[in-house]
Amino acid sequence: MIEFVRNVRLWFAPAEIREDGETPDYRFSLANERTFLAWVRTALALIGGGFAVDQFLPDLRWAWRAGLALALLAAGVLCSLRAVNHWVRCERAMRRGEDLPVSRFPALLSLVVAVVAVAMVVVVLVGWEG
Amino acid sequence: MSTPVPGRRDPDRDPGLQPERTRLAWRRTTLSGTVVAVLAVKAALHGGTSAAGVVACAVCCVLWLGFLSVAHRRIRALATTASPVVFTPRHAAAAVLCTVAMALCGAALVL
Repeated sequence: MIEFVRNVRLWFAPAEIREDGETPDYRFSLANERTFLAWVRTALALIGGGFAVDQFLPDLRWAWRAGLALALLAAGVLCSLRAVNHWVRCERAMRRGEDLPVSRFPALLSLVVAVVAVAMVVVVLVGWEG
Repeated sequence: MSTPVPGRRDPDRDPGLQPERTRLAWRRTTLSGTVVAVLAVKAALHGGTSAAGVVACAVCCVLWLGFLSVAHRRIRALATTASPVVFTPRHAAAAVLCTVAMALCGAALVL
């Protein structure tokens, strides 16, 4: 968590990253940028899913609908914040010639998506019966 | 961009087409953002127009424009030089803040 706060400062201080280590081959930086963009797309997809749950399941009880939508929106927020944080960490590791950072976030996210998907199936089935 | 001459390779050109791929990645991401903005507009117009809904919808459109301008600037930077400048954390933070703010607008529309 403290590491995260320290990285947040780096988001807005590009010069500090540039002072660290050596500039890597620009192709590595571009690959890192594309990974970042892929995570942002994942985040946008989660946010879009939140909107879709709210609009396209109108027969659900309000609490379920709002809960699912908010869970998806929160997952999108987390995912996008993590995207920029991971990008900064990778960029710094490449400049310093260190190993790229490992992360358990993809595993956590896939578990959350699986749980939400199961919840959706249950909710839709129950919603149809009731 | 100059038209490629068949049979002759530009020494500055990366055979892996990394700048082009990155540019397309920005395009895809902007498209995803557009889908979210369209869903936001639909959400705001669907449940009858309330003042809060219209404000959230307008904020979403402004955020979409912000994301678009970040993407456009980056795409132009990638297209102009042979070895593109490094993506800055400030741009990354700007793109992500637009995304997060869109999610917050979504939360406001849901509640």
